[in-house]
Amino acid sequence: MSTYHSRAAGRLMVAPSVILLFLWMIVPLGLTIYFSFLHYNLLMPGTETWTGFLNYQYFLTDPAFFTAIVNTLVIVVGVLIITIVGGVLLALLLDQPMFGQGILRILVISPFFVMPTVSALIWKNMFMNPVSGLLAFLQKSMGFQPHDWLAATPLLAIIIIVAWQWLPFATLILLTALQSLDEEQREAAEMDGAGPVSRFIYIVMPHLGRAVTVVILIQTIFLLSVFAEILVTTNGGPGTDSTNLAYLVYAQALLQYDVGGASAGGVVAVILANIVAIFLMRMIGRTLEA
Amino acid sequence: MARRVTRTRKWAVTIVAWVIGILIFFPILWTILTSFKTEGEAVAMPPSLLFFDWTLENYREVQQRSNYFMHFLNSVTISLGSTAIGLVIAIPAAWAMAFQPTKRTKDLLMWMLSTKMMPAVGVLVPIYLIFRDTGLLDSRLGLTIILTLIDLPIIIWMLYTYFKEIPGEILEAARMDGATLVAEIVHVLTPMAIPGIASTLLLNVILAWNEAFWTLNLTAAQAAPLTAFIASYSSPEGLFYAKLSAASTMAIAPILILGWFSQKQLVRGLTFGAVK
Amino acid sequence: MGSITLRQVNKKFGEVAVIPSIDLEVEEGEFVVFVGPSGCGKSTLLRLIAGLEDVTSGAVLIDGKDATRLPPAKRKLSMVFQSYALYPHMSVRANIAFPLKMAGMPKAEIDAKVADAAETLNLTDYLDRKPRQLSGGQRQRVAIGRAIVRQPSAFLFDEPLSNLDASLRVQMRLEIAELHQQLGATMIYVTHDQVEAMTMADKIVVLNKGRVEQVGSPLELYRAPANLFVAGFIGSPRMNFIRGQAAAAYGAATIGVRPEHIQISTEGGIWQGTVGVTEHLGSDTFLHIHTEDLGTLTVRAGGYVDFGPGDTISLTPDPGRIHRFDSDGRAIR
Repeated sequence: MSTYHSRAAGRLMVAPSVILLFLWMIVPLGLTIYFSFLHYNLLMPGTETWTGFLNYQYFLTDPAFFTAIVNTLVIVVGVLIITIVGGVLLALLLDQPMFGQGILRILVISPFFVMPTVSALIWKNMFMNPVSGLLAFLQKSMGFQPHDWLAATPLLAIIIIVAWQWLPFATLILLTALQSLDEEQREAAEMDGAGPVSRFIYIVMPHLGRAVTVVILIQTIFLLSVFAEILVTTNGGPGTDSTNLAYLVYAQALLQYDVGGASAGGVVAVILANIVAIFLMRMIGRTLEA
Repeated sequence: MARRVTRTRKWAVTIVAWVIGILIFFPILWTILTSFKTEGEAVAMPPSLLFFDWTLENYREVQQRSNYFMHFLNSVTISLGSTAIGLVIAIPAAWAMAFQPTKRTKDLLMWMLSTKMMPAVGVLVPIYLIFRDTGLLDSRLGLTIILTLIDLPIIIWMLYTYFKEIPGEILEAARMDGATLVAEIVHVLTPMAIPGIASTLLLNVILAWNEAFWTLNLTAAQAAPLTAFIASYSSPEGLFYAKLSAASTMAIAPILILGWFSQKQLVRGLTFGAVK
Repeated sequence: MGSITLRQVNKKFGEVAVIPSIDLEVEEGEFVVFVGPSGCGKSTLLRLIAGLEDVTSGAVLIDGKDATRLPPAKRKLSMVFQSYALYPHMSVRANIAFPLKMAGMPKAEIDAKVADAAETLNLTDYLDRKPRQLSGGQRQRVAIGRAIVRQPSAFLFDEPLSNLDASLRVQMRLEIAELHQQLGATMIYVTHDQVEAMTMADKIVVLNKGRVEQVGSPLELYRAPANLFVAGFIGSPRMNFIRGQAAAAYGAATIGVRPEHIQISTEGGIWQGTVGVTEHLGSDTFLHIHTEDLGTLTVRAGGYVDFGPGDTISLTPDPGRIHRFDSDGRAIR
């Protein structure tokens, strides 16, 4: 279905989207790169000077940067482990025949729809507060000393909050994948004498493989830039204990007004995300062909 | 699954699954319950689950003190606005890519997706400065523009996967029947794709409603949607659990309900059609 | 109104020439069938005429006027698609009315024309249904209805019956043929089924690998196939081809004899063989006969034959109906 007329129309129809996204991608990123070579402080406008790689040198040698990279990765990996393992188990459970499956499904996916600021605040105040939080109450009633989650183990607290938000996502996608498994395949395996365990290993796992990859890659993109949860719970603290790369750049720019340094951090974040993105694109590209 | 499952087994699975399900849902449930308590009961130890004096006082107070309704309207305007503009731009593009594919269509789609992978912090600084200099900072318009741009790739992708399922012959038939391009899209493609367009709309409203990077960084008192409004409770004010809960409940309720309706499409949208 | 001329039409997809070069004349009121195996370019050719694809070079003339660069909507042609391509969200009425609505015809006139078309096609009772509530045959009629309301210069059919079951196919075949007589309009019909081609066409165009192998009336093709391809493609069961010594005896590289042109007897024929599988159709019997030097031959015999598997049999071809082909596969006349 392609004629001269329809091809021309096609180009015309795609143009607005392409132009908009191109501008969106190029203009700000170009500016970020430009700023990253400047000494540029918001409080002292008009004093911008070219500094070459100085900003990168400062940013990369800042001990906070190293902490931020580690924290970023810990958050990504921690949340991924919890959500994937939990997601597979939950999906297998929800796929079993039971009463009230529909309602239960709705309950389980609900946290995904809660906005990040709300879930962070609920957890911070009503659950993790060492004096009046529910978790503290549980510990006390069992005779333990209440744990101050946000002060003592801030990163763990953030991982729990973020994992709670993303577990439903993983579960839902894995469950959908599980339900798309051809019933005849399962039956054929059963006729071939495969027990429940071998069916899981040889039939179900390979089928879930693709969904798991998708979950890992998509979550990684979002988890690399966890921000709101940190902002409203720990503000990156105590010290820089729970600062990730996104929060560090934000702090550099809008709390310390150091545009140059923040831009250098932004460029580093883009490079990091690109490394991950390359894998994701390959993966989705293959799906597109299928 | 036409086989019989023993009743015991079914009951056992039901009980285990429901216990886990309720645990996962518990923070939301607890928030909703707390929103109906007095501040005193909200921090009472041991906490009361259901047996307390139910009150609507918190809802009234949240509205009175902080003009909650304005922030709610901001959320509605920004999420619906960005989705609607996104759809208008994306429908023609998705049409072209689904029905007039060229050698570069696949690359184009991948490139569009890749813009989505750019971390927001990478462009925070210039966007903030551009907004400051053009007066878009803390404006609903500015936020709508940003959310349109960040959601555009997902909208195009979702529409593309839905359009792909419409047989091209039907559009060709319309062309043979004398329909112009616009008539073809308005009278034939769009009505046929209504379910797909609706779920695209739904998912994007949800994503835009919950977006919490740009909304936090680009708004202050005026244009702040609920995400940013709620963040103001991170101060000691958040220790008023009942009011925090009331504000939170109001902020999540609309989208929670939308989300329940769109759970099937959600999977497809969020995985760019890789899992259906 | 309704003549279509193709002049040196060439179509390439990238580097691949799907249609190297075709010249063809479709006259007004003719029922022309494009037939050939899948991938022979017959559908592409139809879409070139429709304007759904651009020709790479050459010209398409409709009613003597150059339509090569006209968009499909402006060519005054109607098309019935393989999948019917009905608009699923519109009622039957709206489906049939759609081309008229696009042409900006007044409502009253549209209603009258739709009613007319529905009458012709026995669809009056179904006008308010949606396509999904109709049977395959009814959908097919709606697609035809949508095509006839605008009174086009010509109708294009792209394998319209291939989604129907066998008995319905026979019935729709008749209906389309009747419609052609009634309207007297030019029709171009694409199919891979030579039975459809033989029964419906005024003129058959046999296509193979993007080339026209032969153009002619059904009986011309049956009686005087121009080459091995046409000889093998037209007629069912397939013509028997014999090479080697037996063919050389007739001064040809290959000879062809149709199954219905071979006589069987217990002895005295010029070829001998053993009966293999026999297929009884009631009216006819197809015998598959294994011979020593000629390979397996198919023979059509009457409904009752006394031969069974394993019997030795003697064969006599009808000498006036032996087709001779040279070493390039062309018929020797």
